[in-house]
Amino acid sequence: MGVFLFFLLAVLCVGGVLGFILSRNQAHSALFLVLAFTCLGGLFGLLDAPFIAAVQIIIYAGAIMVLFIFVIMMINLEQGIAPERKRWTLGLSAVLAVFLLVELALAVRGTLGTLGRTGGETIGSPTELGRLLFTDYLYPFEITSILIVAALVGAIVLVKKEGKE
Amino acid sequence: MIPLGYFIGLSVLLFVLGVAAFFIKRDLMTMFMAVEVMLNAANLAFVALAKSAGSPAGQVIVFFVITVAAAEAAVGLAIILLVFRQKKSIKAEEMRLMKG
Repeated sequence: MGVFLFFLLAVLCVGGVLGFILSRNQAHSALFLVLAFTCLGGLFGLLDAPFIAAVQIIIYAGAIMVLFIFVIMMINLEQGIAPERKRWTLGLSAVLAVFLLVELALAVRGTLGTLGRTGGETIGSPTELGRLLFTDYLYPFEITSILIVAALVGAIVLVKKEGKE
Repeated sequence: MIPLGYFIGLSVLLFVLGVAAFFIKRDLMTMFMAVEVMLNAANLAFVALAKSAGSPAGQVIVFFVITVAAAEAAVGLAIILLVFRQKKSIKAEEMRLMKG
């Protein structure tokens, strides 16, 4: 059952990313990415991380991708962008991707045997994560909140139109 | 139980697809979305390894990665909007102001 769910979610996720790459329309790309990220949330759930799964779906598939779609609507380009980049860049990026895939596969294959399996007891309960966030990881947590505020103010200052009283 | 290798393999595949998308796409917006795909691939590896190690620390790190990605998306989209306002285009080829 778990393996079946894994393969269903994995195929949907990879299919979403492939649709994102192949689609010419930016809004369609963004919606494909929402599908992929939602499936990734399901995979997190399979890995006994219910809190991270909820955060993934609410913040990533919800908030961040909606932000992307808002900006796509604001920019409102004409239907896609014509394919005018030279063909050799496409070939070059494909070669690069294959090389990276082989390299990463070789790197992972050597270490995977010592890592064990995904069994065992539940580890990612929200209670446990909340306790960790406010004890061991208190400083990173506070620093992240400062980062969020800085990003918020920075984004507003960047986009604000100048010269208006 | 599902072997850890499946998750790591999916993570590697997603990362490579993200890198490929970053180089194939031609406008800043979809290139930026490709970066998000790479971040998510790394998150999947973090959660899988946290599960196999039996420690929730990896999930805490994923939480931080998601938060930082939200901040990054806000600032990056603001910059893309600014570029579009000045150049009326978000094609990566037209950003050659600093090319020697």
